[in-house]
Amino acid sequence: MAELGEPAKIKNYVFFEVEILDPKTKGQLCFLDKVDPHSTIGEIKCLFHKAYPHWYPSRQALKLDPKGKALKDDEILQNLPVGTTATLYFKDLGPQVGWTMVFLSEYAGPLFIYLVFYFRLPYIYHHKHAFTSSPYPAVTTALLLFSPSSLACVCHSIHYIKRLVETIFVHRFSHGTMPLRNIVRNCLYYWGFAAWLAYYINHPLYTPPYYGNKQVNYALAMFAICQAGNFSIHLALNNLRSDGSKARKIPYPTKNPFTWLFFLVSCPNYTYEAGAWFSFTIMTQCLPVGLFTLISFIQMTIWAKGKHYTYIREFKEYPSLRMAIIPFLL
Amino acid sequence: MAAPAAKGTSRTAQNDVASIKKKGPGALATAYLVIYNVVMTAGWLVIAIGLVRAYLSKGSYHGLYYSIERPLKFFQTGALLEILHCAVGIVPSSVVLTGFQVMSRVFLTWAVTHSVREVQNEDSVLLFVVAWTVTEIIRYSFYTFSLLNHLPYLIKWARYTLFIVLYPMGVTGELLTIYAALPYVQKTGLYSVTLPNKYNFSFDYYTFLILVMVSYIPLFPQLYFHMMRQRKKVLASGEEHQKSN
Repeated sequence: MAELGEPAKIKNYVFFEVEILDPKTKGQLCFLDKVDPHSTIGEIKCLFHKAYPHWYPSRQALKLDPKGKALKDDEILQNLPVGTTATLYFKDLGPQVGWTMVFLSEYAGPLFIYLVFYFRLPYIYHHKHAFTSSPYPAVTTALLLFSPSSLACVCHSIHYIKRLVETIFVHRFSHGTMPLRNIVRNCLYYWGFAAWLAYYINHPLYTPPYYGNKQVNYALAMFAICQAGNFSIHLALNNLRSDGSKARKIPYPTKNPFTWLFFLVSCPNYTYEAGAWFSFTIMTQCLPVGLFTLISFIQMTIWAKGKHYTYIREFKEYPSLRMAIIPFLL
Repeated sequence: MAAPAAKGTSRTAQNDVASIKKKGPGALATAYLVIYNVVMTAGWLVIAIGLVRAYLSKGSYHGLYYSIERPLKFFQTGALLEILHCAVGIVPSSVVLTGFQVMSRVFLTWAVTHSVREVQNEDSVLLFVVAWTVTEIIRYSFYTFSLLNHLPYLIKWARYTLFIVLYPMGVTGELLTIYAALPYVQKTGLYSVTLPNKYNFSFDYYTFLILVMVSYIPLFPQLYFHMMRQRKKVLASGEEHQKSN
């Protein structure tokens, strides 16, 4: 964009003009001239941001057609089906929040909320129970001495601490941001459910599982395996992008046995996650936990199927044995 | 929202648009929908007539619910089919929105009025039954005529005007009925589950009903003003064309 006036000696250098319109009124919001044809949409968004400071780039959607899809930030201007004067339509995506912020708030909430119930802070249960703990006899495992409620607290907390650690250190996010509305809705969901299930598990009238220690111990073991599995998959997926490339690759099993689930499913992280919550349901024998598990499973299945079909479309050599989330079934 | 919110649906705009273009996928679906809407119109007419006859023979407004209890349950529950119509795609409406409205009506019919016998004598029941009856007769005849591409302006006018009175009337009746049911629900613990139990779950229907009542506060104005906006749009363009369609 800096080559002013230089006559086209070496190459025929045509500058583009870009006009950005409001799709509803078709009025011109911004006109950019002398735009380098190699500019990306991302760079054009920055220019637009200069004209309208409150519309930072991540909340802009620029489209070729008022009703069409938003253009990606890395699209190059001269590769688009436009003449030398490009007409783009602008849509305000609303206030945006970075993915890291989103996950931190979604996961920190349940972590603390559960503890509020575990320690029976005042006004939740009858005042005589404030700051007490579950009276049920200890469940002895080989190493630990916990009541079912304490065990559940440890498991729930470890789950969310693991998620927070992964958000900070492991995950790489492809999109930069998410609309503010979504974060409110997601937080309501996570925090609301955490409060609801924590209320029952830590209730003075909590009934321990029907089959007692055996049920709790087996469920606990399965929970631990699923957590380890989920973490292994996240590490493996992270390593796929370790060279900084944005291209999608087929994930394969590694030396870590937990990743061998990749032989059978496209999204073993969701499989393990569903398994973890299922174990937690068995461990606590609590209907609200079961409901949470069910809803999470439905949502993860939708995501897994989407990812699975994307893989199939993109890679002709994609392993045919793999299902989306449940081996051989779903 | 169980009130004449039936009028407040996005179906309004979409069905109007649909009646301007040729409606619906396929002649068979259209025939089925015409039959459905005719049957529903007839059903609510039966309820209307039943109310009038009962009033005339009893000489008072009280206790008219019993005279139309059966057809009310039958035809209001039958409206569940409308969710199916949206899901299958023969009606261009949102499944979620339609589902929400039909379920709220069905909730009031079965989970409140039927379940709590003591409220059946309340005048508030008559209030919402009358509101629903008038609304549904107009709404189903509106759809019938639209499907047949012969919508009299009177019906269109009625659908988009009478709600101004009928909607608040219905909402009032519904809220008063739920409010009347509260003491009985609390006393008998109807539909409630308490701790301790082996599934570690509890549900308090009394609190749930209160929450339902509270939910009317944000929902009613939104739906009401949506209908107002629809009215301006539909009747303004209607006057330009003088006659129907």
